[in-house]
Amino acid sequence: MTTMPMIETDIHPAVDNPALPVFLSEDQLPSREGDRIVQFREALREAMSEEMRKDKRVFLLGEEVAQYNGAYKISQGMLDEFGPKRIIDTPISENGFAGMAIAAAMTGLRPIVEFMSWSFSFVAADPILNNAPKMLYMSGGQFGCPIVFRGNDGAGGQLASTHSWCVEALYANVPGLKMAIPSNPYDAKGLLKTAINDPDPVFFMESERMLGDKAHVPEEEYYIPFGRARLAREGDAVTLVSFGRPVNFCLEAAETLAAEGIEVDVLDMRTIRPLDIESIIERVKVTNKVLVVDQSWPFASIASEVITQICERCFDWLDMAPARLNTEDVPTPYAKGLEYDYLPNPERIVDAVRDMLN
Amino acid sequence: MTQAPATSTNPAKADSQPAPTKPSKEMMLKWLYDMQLIREFENRTQQAYQQAKIGGFCHIYSGQEACAVGTIACTNDDDPVVTAYRDHGHALARGMSAEACMAEMFGKVTGCAKGKGGSMHMFDKPNWLFGGHGIVSAQTPMGAGFAFASKYELEVLGTGKKKIALCYLGDGALDQGAFHEAQNLASLWDLPVIYILENNGYSMGTAINRHTANSENLEDRAKGYGIKSITIDGLDILHAYSELKPFFDDCRDKQRPGFVNFKTYRYQGHSMSDPQKYRTKDEVDQFKDQDSIAKLCSDLMGMGHIDEAGWKSMQKEIRNTVLDAVEAAENAAVPEPGELYTDVYANPEKNLSPTATYTHGTKNPLM
Repeated sequence: MTTMPMIETDIHPAVDNPALPVFLSEDQLPSREGDRIVQFREALREAMSEEMRKDKRVFLLGEEVAQYNGAYKISQGMLDEFGPKRIIDTPISENGFAGMAIAAAMTGLRPIVEFMSWSFSFVAADPILNNAPKMLYMSGGQFGCPIVFRGNDGAGGQLASTHSWCVEALYANVPGLKMAIPSNPYDAKGLLKTAINDPDPVFFMESERMLGDKAHVPEEEYYIPFGRARLAREGDAVTLVSFGRPVNFCLEAAETLAAEGIEVDVLDMRTIRPLDIESIIERVKVTNKVLVVDQSWPFASIASEVITQICERCFDWLDMAPARLNTEDVPTPYAKGLEYDYLPNPERIVDAVRDMLN
Repeated sequence: MTQAPATSTNPAKADSQPAPTKPSKEMMLKWLYDMQLIREFENRTQQAYQQAKIGGFCHIYSGQEACAVGTIACTNDDDPVVTAYRDHGHALARGMSAEACMAEMFGKVTGCAKGKGGSMHMFDKPNWLFGGHGIVSAQTPMGAGFAFASKYELEVLGTGKKKIALCYLGDGALDQGAFHEAQNLASLWDLPVIYILENNGYSMGTAINRHTANSENLEDRAKGYGIKSITIDGLDILHAYSELKPFFDDCRDKQRPGFVNFKTYRYQGHSMSDPQKYRTKDEVDQFKDQDSIAKLCSDLMGMGHIDEAGWKSMQKEIRNTVLDAVEAAENAAVPEPGELYTDVYANPEKNLSPTATYTHGTKNPLM
């Protein structure tokens, strides 16, 4: 039998993956301050385009990503640059195109699958949960699945309950996948570039409500490693642990609390799996109080997991029971005010911190 | 007679040349060998299952041998193949050793998936077999994906060649939405995937006329997606090959999908735990009377390619090969407890789990 002339996949787990980028420590990364202001959606686009220029195995597929220029304009202009063979409009067939992309990944290609919303990923639940994360294991290490699934996660703004899913707690339960969830344009770019290079399936969570957020994103290339949280704000009263969009709610709440003389930590986890528990422990040892702010429902949520790990790893450092603030435990409402109340919004965070300190 | 190699390798593929439309004597003898190998292998599989040496769900391929062997005969050795859970026959026909296949079911480290996949998950990277998939029809979008990948290699990377992907499905998979989505994608994007419906007449215990609409006219569905189709009498491999080879070649040449309604029959139950109350013994016997291996053997004898003595010696050789495979599987080591945490991640970073520390797996025996 001839040896397999497949594209070099780097997926054999017996060898280190030489395709992984070199990661710098947090203080060596390019500055977050500057005047190259871009939107979150542009940061995502830059990440994909840069990796596609470097590696022809990378391609993007999803609903309206090509001719429509992206339902949320994330892939705007990419069809012009990369052509229809690499920027691929799909029918509304998540089960079909997700399964198709997984097979392509098994051969060593590097698909990026855009779900217009993670809420639509449920019709592709079988391929994304039953195939992608288990392929390496089921095949005894023969076939990996270097694929990125990305899309909008969480309440998008009065979309009501079917379109507002936070899938992180459901999906992070599955071994074999990784999950990244940036809160700002800088991290979005650096994390997505890492996701595309990672040899494992990466579930990448964005938010429709953050796509227009603007921040400095440096010109020079950088990658943000998985499993390394960022202390977005340093305090001494309470450590707020969060990820994704609610990190911004925490930062807003921190401003309000600061005006009252209460300084809190805001720890942006950046990835859920792997989870940088060491950074949490480090800050718990300083503040001795922790509040996990999580946009998924409370029962068996990411907050539940984070708090369990805190109790397992640094129980003796806690002055009080670790607290969680989740989305309210009801389906997502349509009415604007109700939807706001439902989210772990800054007012709820401020109240929760005050409760902890009283 | 020409002795077939112990590791089943399609002679049509031995020198990587496309198989000829008219099969040679060697090719036909090899088909006989492979079909009998599958039959014998499955007999021993059932025996081992009854002895509780094989666990879980186990689906026996006996009766359907002409399908795996006849269709794989039409492929090149680097055409991707994917199938469902009744997969031992495809693995053997594609070239997996009986030992790796049997050891996998015994849950041993010498199995094709190091004992992590079992009966339903036969993977063989060197032979371009991408599983063995346990969920009905999950493999059908993947079939489109392997065709997509080969086309992408050809058109974007400039490294490939014209390939066809083979995707097998049982008639139960006809009723899953995934298959309809897959056919739509395959036709829409000109993906060279050939869907081979192994139509054994039953979706587990539900007869085809009870589980799918318009079951007499299954090609109509493919036509609805603009996919060319063919119906094959699956009990006669020589006839099947003569029809399928030009069909496959055309799909490869035009880089278009195809649909094969391969009419076949399984002799055993859906799985090892099936009491088969839904069909009569007479029905099973009727099909056994038209057995595809007996048919090929008699055809080859008629052509003077093999005689009784040759057939006996081939059967004996196969019996020994399979017995050796069973013995090797019995004697092989079970996975070390540490294997639990390997092959979960290709890049096993820290903190991926609160309780497990993942590591790289040992090298797969097939690679």
